[in-house]
Amino acid sequence: MQASMSCRPKWGICKMNQDLIQYLLRLGDSALIQGQRLCEWCGRAPALEEELALMNVGLDLVGQARNWLEYAAELANDGRDADHLAFRRDERAYRNLLLVEQPNGDFAVTVLKQFFYDAWHLAVLEGLTHSSDSRLQGIAAKAVKEVTYHLRRSSEWVERLGDGTEESHQRMLAAIPQLWRFTVELSDSDAVEQRLHAAGLIGDPQQIAAAWQQQVERTFDSATLPLPAPACHFYLSGRQGLHSEHLGLLLAEMQFLPRAYPDATW
Amino acid sequence: MYAQLVETGVKRLKTLEEMSEQERAFQEKIDAEIKIEPKNWMPDAYRQTLIRQISQHAHSEIVGMLPEGNWVTRAPSLKRKLQLMAKIQDEAGHGLYLYSAMETLGADRDEEVAKLHSGKAKYSSIFNYPTLNWADMGAVGWLVDGAAIVNQVVLQRTSYGPYSRAMIRICKEESFHQRQGYEILLTMMRHGTQAQKDMVQDAINRLWWPALMMFGPSDEHSPNSAQSMAWKIKRQSNDELRQRFIDQTVPQLELLGCTAPDPELKWNAERGHYDFGAIQWEEFYEVLKGNGPCNQERLATRRKAIEDGAWVRAAAVAHARKKHNKNAA
Amino acid sequence: MSEWTLFEVFVRSKHGLNHKHVGSVHAADAVMAIEHARELYTRRNEGVSLWVVPSALITASSPDEKDPLFDPAEDKVYRHASFYELPAEVGHM
Repeated sequence: MQASMSCRPKWGICKMNQDLIQYLLRLGDSALIQGQRLCEWCGRAPALEEELALMNVGLDLVGQARNWLEYAAELANDGRDADHLAFRRDERAYRNLLLVEQPNGDFAVTVLKQFFYDAWHLAVLEGLTHSSDSRLQGIAAKAVKEVTYHLRRSSEWVERLGDGTEESHQRMLAAIPQLWRFTVELSDSDAVEQRLHAAGLIGDPQQIAAAWQQQVERTFDSATLPLPAPACHFYLSGRQGLHSEHLGLLLAEMQFLPRAYPDATW
Repeated sequence: MYAQLVETGVKRLKTLEEMSEQERAFQEKIDAEIKIEPKNWMPDAYRQTLIRQISQHAHSEIVGMLPEGNWVTRAPSLKRKLQLMAKIQDEAGHGLYLYSAMETLGADRDEEVAKLHSGKAKYSSIFNYPTLNWADMGAVGWLVDGAAIVNQVVLQRTSYGPYSRAMIRICKEESFHQRQGYEILLTMMRHGTQAQKDMVQDAINRLWWPALMMFGPSDEHSPNSAQSMAWKIKRQSNDELRQRFIDQTVPQLELLGCTAPDPELKWNAERGHYDFGAIQWEEFYEVLKGNGPCNQERLATRRKAIEDGAWVRAAAVAHARKKHNKNAA
Repeated sequence: MSEWTLFEVFVRSKHGLNHKHVGSVHAADAVMAIEHARELYTRRNEGVSLWVVPSALITASSPDEKDPLFDPAEDKVYRHASFYELPAEVGHM
């Protein structure tokens, strides 16, 4: 427990802590939900070798989620631990990107979803490796290696499927509009993130957006996929806990045991 | 065991005198504990038996992911989720090590997998039972992986080099699986609520007998054992291994504070082993024939995975070819 | 996966050691084979470097040639240091 980071009487620090907790939930929730979706592939991957690869990415992400949520729990210091945050919060309290809660669909949707997320994730983590907060920096430094590999894999798969067979190309073309509308969250930011950036805690949201855009352009180009116009802002926002209908069902499954047996020890 | 009934196609053991010179040299090598390697001469029946046994073993690892996949999305804590994911991943890995060993015999993975999907090839009967509560994840690790380990430890000395090496690697990696399973159960029994303790006992009640069946039919009903033992593909009999498993498991069961669903289970000081009740072999043969509670679902899931993945695999090949041509140009 | 190529995998476990054969993977190309080998054979920190080679490109010596290939090396004891007896005064050499 880092007592020094818990809410102090001084208003500015307290506010910064609230921002940081919010941000840690965003990072942790996205990693966890993406990891959960990857678990759904268990036994169903298109090749046995991919079975291992998908589970590996999932393992990395759930591990990262645990680190972010533990830190959030310590800062909040309200008696909840990382598991409590993961398994007892309702969907309106979840702060993950809308993108990652989308159903897996076929392998084209899964690959594209992973790629959009990885490209964003890597830029975010690279920003965090320069954080003035050593804990953030430490977690990010480890995660950045994992996610560099995730992006390498997912961008290769986007290229393979985009520039593979006629069928795989068509499936990618169908996957793009399903996911593209949720990418608006990958290139905008809110006041919380701007304040954290100004305080030197996280990377520059504009740079993250630009890095994401560049990566997508580059990969789409080699994948012979058309790049849509930037997605427009729309009603839902994972940051605000306004989710699509898919998250509630995902959480109902994921949180079943701790919810059904609140006094249990696992 | 993950390969319970492996047909050798041999009705009676040949004596050394009846063997051809090549066969005799081969058998003498085996008797001298010299490993057979892929390019060495081997009797066709030895090769075919190995392909059947290793592929059964590999199929079991792969189908064995499914009962756990049933709970990985519902693991009750982040720690348990990570552990289960790592375990499932190992199982995919172990399936692949085994397919890789099998391919050194000239078998084709696709063909063998197709036999699994058509119901022609077998896999361990245990994975045709459903996993109905979280304690099953503990009981599978403890009992199912435990039974597999008893068998696999012996198979590290199997006569075919690539199979033996795969087993060594698998045993090393699998040591955490059983401990992980037992720890799940111990935590629920020692720190859990009554509802959790009931889950543990329920899981043991359901999985106990199927776990004992994993070792295959008793020796007198195991017509293929003699040849497999002579070839040292198999190193100990089904009954010996089953007894060893029971002897080592009962004290762990008592430590949990649980019971086995077998009123005849008791220590026999004279034999120095536990006595146990009669196994319902009818059930075993029914499950093996495809009539177990989950056979249809397990195979349908595996078939669908490979069928749905066909376009993905084809796209990867097409892309690799395009890239190759581009580089060549 | 007959549509994918079979690759043999070699892992170097530590810097300074040789790559060692560990098994095989299926993949559409070498890039993918490296990744599959990484997932399969280095999950527990087993490696610092990987090689993959299409299995079809490996030429192996035949067991039938074992005697002509390897037996002649058996009696060339003068290739081993222990063949040469030196007085103790020389010390370690």
